[in-house]
Amino acid sequence: MTGLLSYEFMQNALFAAILASIACGLIGPFIVARRMVFISGGLSHTAFGGLGIAYWMGIRPIYGATVFVLAAAFFLASLEENKLSQNDLFIGILWSVGVAIGIVFVHLTPGYAPDLLSFLFGNILTVPRTDVAAMLVIVLIVVITVAIFYKGFVAIALDEEFALARRLPVRGLKTGLTVLAALTIVALIQVVGILLVIALLTIPVAIASELSMNFRKIIALSIFFGIAICLLGLSISYSLEFPSGASIILTGGALLLIVKGMKGIAK
Amino acid sequence: MESIIQVEDVTYGYGKRAVLEDVSLKIRERDFILIIGPNGGGKSTLLKLILGILTPWSGTIRFSDSAKNRLGYVPQTTGFNRSFPISVLDMVRTGCIHGDNYLKQNSRESIEKSREILQKLSLDQRLDENVTDLSGGQMQRVLIARALVAAPVALFLDEPTTALDIASQTDLIDILRELQSKMSIIVVTHDPTPYANIYQHLACLNKNLYCHERGELSEPTLEKVYGCPVEMLGHGIPHTLLPSHQEVKKK
Repeated sequence: MTGLLSYEFMQNALFAAILASIACGLIGPFIVARRMVFISGGLSHTAFGGLGIAYWMGIRPIYGATVFVLAAAFFLASLEENKLSQNDLFIGILWSVGVAIGIVFVHLTPGYAPDLLSFLFGNILTVPRTDVAAMLVIVLIVVITVAIFYKGFVAIALDEEFALARRLPVRGLKTGLTVLAALTIVALIQVVGILLVIALLTIPVAIASELSMNFRKIIALSIFFGIAICLLGLSISYSLEFPSGASIILTGGALLLIVKGMKGIAK
Repeated sequence: MESIIQVEDVTYGYGKRAVLEDVSLKIRERDFILIIGPNGGGKSTLLKLILGILTPWSGTIRFSDSAKNRLGYVPQTTGFNRSFPISVLDMVRTGCIHGDNYLKQNSRESIEKSREILQKLSLDQRLDENVTDLSGGQMQRVLIARALVAAPVALFLDEPTTALDIASQTDLIDILRELQSKMSIIVVTHDPTPYANIYQHLACLNKNLYCHERGELSEPTLEKVYGCPVEMLGHGIPHTLLPSHQEVKKK
């Protein structure tokens, strides 16, 4: 492993994995607690539209994805909260339209068509240093925002009505959380791709929740298991020459089964 | 006595349908008001309007300086995310945060206050337990502790006895009886039975509000608000039947 780390692409992969794990470990527990997993799915697939347009325009795909995901996050946050069916409807529409836009623009891009699978499953081994720097900025924003608004985020995840009665800016906090989820998704797309973003946002949380019932500990454990899953998955990917994104997620799935199994035996 | 909260001609509804119409209510210091009515009659909605969770279509809700931002809320036990992983102590600590202070770190102070309240409510042995492991009665006490930790002048409880067994209901009534001398208490319920011996004022709500200053539960009152014949014994209310009932719809 030490020899491997002398390669820049491997160093970038390691940094990307750690940064993505910190972001998803911080945001994942809130997404799960607030039952926003479906929103995350919608946002991550909307990103595909931005990726396609950016590719067609010849700019870095991550920039297009960021614009699309943030726009979708603000749109979803602006929908009337009491119309749950309407929210579901728009998430589904964003989900499918985003992917369709991406496919059309990738198709329109002249020359050799980019590998769509790399967008869907990601390839952590090709993350350039500039994207690692962009991820660092995103993760810093996520860490600082969560640190400042932690109590407010916990309050709305636990009891939104009580938070309103305590005059907390619930709408602002909800929008903030959706935007942070969007930023985290952008950071994760580089690592595991669009299709598997949800898994990396949820699997570490699922493992952490098996081991603790304390929200702060769940956040800490989610970060730890996120990093562990990424590094282990990366090693397996390198050893067996498997696709990196899929390897990371399958490692996570296996670890979750092991932890659940061990817990079951312990009972 | 001056009122600390004054609801004046408040109308509110969902969609285009009004569930509350021209509702007026005065809450004074240390009042114990029981608001009864059928399901869907607007009881919880009225509570949420007073607490600022909802905004009235029309009408006003005024607070005295002493009551502003000092309202305690005990929602129904089903009203919050019960799967959220949080300890009893941390849950009660969330009661300390307010829109004015939620960005400030006051961990030590909130821990001390929460421990104190939990001790008073005999929950000090369960500080580190997860709220998901609590019984209905214990959960209710945690919700009351969360409301009390911010030292409210008025405590609003939404159907607090619905999910409780008889023993837990008795515990809750004892707690409310103790709190009665320190703050105003407003309970909304479709079943007034457990409160028969402790409430001071009765308000019946089914779209319109009928206030009964020191009123007693009577068959005509219940019939009017429930919109159907009500048998006192069926409700199990140990109260004197009144031959006539003074009902004043406050405008």
